[in-house]
Amino acid sequence: MDYATLIEVLGSTLRLGTPLLLACLAGLFSERAGIFDIGLEGKMLMAAMASGAVAATTGSAWIGLGAGIFASLLFAGVHGLASITFRGNQLISGVALNFVASGATVLIAQTLFGQGGRTPPLSGAARFSPIQLPGVETLAAVPGFGPFYAKVLSGHSILVYIALLCVPLTWWLLYRTRFGLRLRAVGENPESVDTAGVSVIRLRYTAVVLTGVLCGIAGAYMATSLQAGFGREMTAGRGYIALAALIFAKWRPWQALWATMLFGFLQAIALRPDVIEGTLHMKIPVPALDALPYILTVIVLAGFVGRAIPPRAGGQPYVKER
Amino acid sequence: MTLGKDTGRQATAAPSNMQAGVPAIELRGISKAFGPVQANKDISIRVMPGTIHGIIGENGAGKSTLMSILYGFYRADAGEIFINGRPTTITDSQAAIRAGIGMVFQHFKLVQNFTVLENVILGAEEGALLRPSLAKARKTLAHLAEEYELEVDPEAVIEALSVGHQQRVEILKALYRQADILILDEPTGVLTPDEADHLFRILRGLKAQGKTIILITHKLREIMEITDRVSVMRRGEMVATVTTSETSPEALAELMVGRKVLLHVPKATAQPGATVLDVENLRVTDGAGVARLKGVSLKIRAGEILGIAGVAGNGQSELLEVLGGFAPGKIEGRVSLSGQDLVLSGPGATGETRRAAGIAHVPEDRHHLGLILDFAAWENIAFGYHGAPDYQANALFMDNDAIIRDTEGKMARFDVRPPNPQLPAKSFSGGNQQKIVLAREIERNPVLLLVGQPTRGVDIGAIEFIHRRIVELRDAGAAILLVSVELEEILSLSDRIAVMFDGQIMGERLPDQTNERELGLLMAGVATEAGAA
Amino acid sequence: MAKLPTWADLVLVPLISLLLAAVISALVILAIGGDPVEAVTVMVDGALGSPYGWGYTLYYTTSFIFTGLAVTVAYHAGQFNIGGEGQAQLGGLGVALVCLALPWPHWSIALLAASVGAALFGAAWAAIPAWLQAKRGSHIVITTIMFNYIGAALIVYMLVEVLRPIGQMDPASARFPVGAKLPNFGEIPGLSLIFSNKVPANVSFFVAIAACFAVWALLWRTRLGYEIRAFGKSESAAVYAGISPTKVIMLSMLISGGLAGLMAINNVMGESERLVQNASEGAGFIGIAVALMGRNHPFGVFLAALLFGFLYQGGAEMGLWTTIPIELRLLVQGLVILFTGALDTMVRMMLTPFFRTARGAA
Repeated sequence: MDYATLIEVLGSTLRLGTPLLLACLAGLFSERAGIFDIGLEGKMLMAAMASGAVAATTGSAWIGLGAGIFASLLFAGVHGLASITFRGNQLISGVALNFVASGATVLIAQTLFGQGGRTPPLSGAARFSPIQLPGVETLAAVPGFGPFYAKVLSGHSILVYIALLCVPLTWWLLYRTRFGLRLRAVGENPESVDTAGVSVIRLRYTAVVLTGVLCGIAGAYMATSLQAGFGREMTAGRGYIALAALIFAKWRPWQALWATMLFGFLQAIALRPDVIEGTLHMKIPVPALDALPYILTVIVLAGFVGRAIPPRAGGQPYVKER
Repeated sequence: MTLGKDTGRQATAAPSNMQAGVPAIELRGISKAFGPVQANKDISIRVMPGTIHGIIGENGAGKSTLMSILYGFYRADAGEIFINGRPTTITDSQAAIRAGIGMVFQHFKLVQNFTVLENVILGAEEGALLRPSLAKARKTLAHLAEEYELEVDPEAVIEALSVGHQQRVEILKALYRQADILILDEPTGVLTPDEADHLFRILRGLKAQGKTIILITHKLREIMEITDRVSVMRRGEMVATVTTSETSPEALAELMVGRKVLLHVPKATAQPGATVLDVENLRVTDGAGVARLKGVSLKIRAGEILGIAGVAGNGQSELLEVLGGFAPGKIEGRVSLSGQDLVLSGPGATGETRRAAGIAHVPEDRHHLGLILDFAAWENIAFGYHGAPDYQANALFMDNDAIIRDTEGKMARFDVRPPNPQLPAKSFSGGNQQKIVLAREIERNPVLLLVGQPTRGVDIGAIEFIHRRIVELRDAGAAILLVSVELEEILSLSDRIAVMFDGQIMGERLPDQTNERELGLLMAGVATEAGAA
Repeated sequence: MAKLPTWADLVLVPLISLLLAAVISALVILAIGGDPVEAVTVMVDGALGSPYGWGYTLYYTTSFIFTGLAVTVAYHAGQFNIGGEGQAQLGGLGVALVCLALPWPHWSIALLAASVGAALFGAAWAAIPAWLQAKRGSHIVITTIMFNYIGAALIVYMLVEVLRPIGQMDPASARFPVGAKLPNFGEIPGLSLIFSNKVPANVSFFVAIAACFAVWALLWRTRLGYEIRAFGKSESAAVYAGISPTKVIMLSMLISGGLAGLMAINNVMGESERLVQNASEGAGFIGIAVALMGRNHPFGVFLAALLFGFLYQGGAEMGLWTTIPIELRLLVQGLVILFTGALDTMVRMMLTPFFRTARGAA
């Protein structure tokens, strides 16, 4: 693989890694607060459909983004209701909402546009256009770093940069603020928070809302930036891959960035059979490439890359002891 | 419901109250029911400021419920609370903290992977950012440490601290929130006698500063040692409040139980036979690499009860787990049963193979190990023995009817109430649950019975029954390994006593040639002259 | 938590959950400009109004019994197997390989062999996630989902590169030999008086009913079943009792995967008579709804499978004859899972006041 190809692959790594990163950070907030969320997938899908549909109707990617976040929040709210208020099974709630999303997205898109469950192709202001970072032209000539800056770092939609900014922001929130301290505490030992006079329920709902917002951005990015419109099941398991990345990252923000970019890289590679065949000198069947990110997810989960200890109170509804 | 309205902060004026004779806390007519169970019945109590007030009672007497009401965990069904003379409604922990109440729970409410400082400021932060809060807490903690012998490294992570130190963090949490009234729920249950002495010094220091302390315990010694006044609870009711210096342990014990207590189980002298269990240099290292047993050797003969005394967490649980066939981690050493070596780890070491070898096990934690709470009583009777030949109909199927019939018999013989094999285990009381476990383990006539905390959370009537059954099994020729954190139980049941500390046997004693004081020293890791035995 | 009499817990809670799902679905139909009454009429007519409709309803029911039982067995062991879809796909591969291997002399022999093939392949697909859960603690929910994706890719590969007859364009296996054709309800003596020769419901319906009995006996009458249920309730206690976690996780998941795979004798062998892409059409996922709705009991699973068979066939008719998209089925499925599996406490709380007054009066 020569440098120019590598640059291309890294560029699409960032593009493909962004929705994973956003979803992974979304999961981080939820799981750090002790709420398992297998429903990242469904929230992304809902957001993708909502933003695709609204952007197509209004012609504004920004309004689309708002709609995506709203749709995702709606699902986050139901998940919160099931897991926090009614102390239901968090896994089942997530799985159920994923099914509801699968059905609802196609149902709504089909009703609105009658194009087989897709939203109409987006163009112009209905999509987030690429942004050139400052100094691209002058720096492009620098050998080595120039092309990297111009083709890998620059030229993405605003949402990619928002996602990247979310990493230090999440870190700061988690480790430097009162909210972060309480959030981490409630995922480890909710009793400690409760006896300190802080509401476990409010904290957990806040986390679930943050999860909803981030999933909303992730979904909107899929439909209005990565692709030009919503298509059936377009998230294709990204919500689950993000969860695997979260485990790989041991629930920490910077590690989440690296983990999701690794998966982004795999997806980018899978799109370039020519590169793989050039590197490995053998023909790889297309289905094998398609399956690659999923296989690697399993390998990551198998813990062959180190054991991960989840937040101690994860997945358990909080009940005051008798 | 007629609870007061005022929840404002009003807990700063303890000294002035002291002169005025206004109680720091007064409860009037507090009642609380959980379904059909009346946990607290019309309870009234006055706790004067600047005193240490003990609340004593059996397990399940309603002490913890009462304190949980005071800390805002439950709402009382009826009654009034007065703090420093003012009617106060305590709706949640926040309100309790505002009223100047701090609580040290029996099970600490600490975040294990947080530092001491982070735990202390949690919920009492100064502002939205952490740095200023941490800086302030660091300073305050240094003061408190000096004032009350409460030294703890503020940057240490909780899981790396000893239990005694973790408890100090809980006290610091309360003091950091400027609590004037401190409630401690069974604070010494997890401490060595030494650590307990240190705790009492801290409490005396706090009292000298005008703090009010409520000490909940079921240990008479502690009440006598440190409290000014003591209230006795029995079955949800407050039966008496007396001045400590004017009472005696015997009088308190009688108040607690409602009749004379039999401190000693009537039993004949043991007639030990051949050695049944022989443990040699047993070592266990857990999954995290921590050594839990550091070379334990002991022998038990047929018809003999060996009691293991010790503060919880010194390796007793691991000893039971290894012998019961389900200890995780690395296990070294030799264990033989009637001369046959036992497999200590790997697929040969399971509860199944141990039962086949004649080892029965009444585990320490019946809720998480001994029973499946959702299973019916008869399914629990088969638990662990579900492969027994008498429970099989043929090669393929179990004989559920046979198990139910067997359960009916066992329930009758062990006086389990209600005697209904179809009821799920969770609907029985603690004592009846323990009888189900005991019936299951004892009636197969084991060669060796492992029994951990046999009377934890068991009502007084059932305790005598359980003790009698254990002695009967001994007299029938079984070897019995008894682990208990209750010294009284160890002293009254055992034929020999071994004391464990830090994964080792500190020494062996005969029950009639030792006392609580000597055992306490051994439990704290202090070897006495005869310790070379 | 709210306490209800057992019968209410077993019967009323699923029914109310279903009702809630139905109400929300009706609202959705109204919102997209459809007519809920018309939708129900079309569904009932299309699924239950004729022997033809019943023939399809029972065909779907058969598949859902298998996948519902699959989820049930794993669930009792405390494992949430949402890989039923992938396991069913792989079961289809097993059926295809067996059916294409020999010119089978009689359908009964072929059914026996194909059942073994289907169960083995389904079990194999559950084995890796199960092993990873037992030995490495890998989250079985995520691994089984990943195996659904991997399974789908594997089937595509097998169909395109291996099983596709030379000269055939669409990615599908060759047609199975005549000897491997299962009799459908129109060809079974007695039933043929009611059903025409065109219905897809076939003898594997009876295999599914037998599987219900087998799973019931397994869970409540055998030592393995006892161990599965005990482990599912409390892992620590199970270990104390000498029950091996690895054994329970592996065996329960292998049985679960086998049952999901077994579904392929219905759709692949009984209906399409060749292996096509995405043969299971989401039936593996419906198994989750069926198991939860059926309260993880084989009899409940049977009833819930019947209900979902109706929903599926009725939904297809609805998609055909009304403007309501067929995806409504997926929505209903999700809602049923949500209400029965995650919001069951809410449903119980809704019911409790009625029982409190009833008991108070008694």
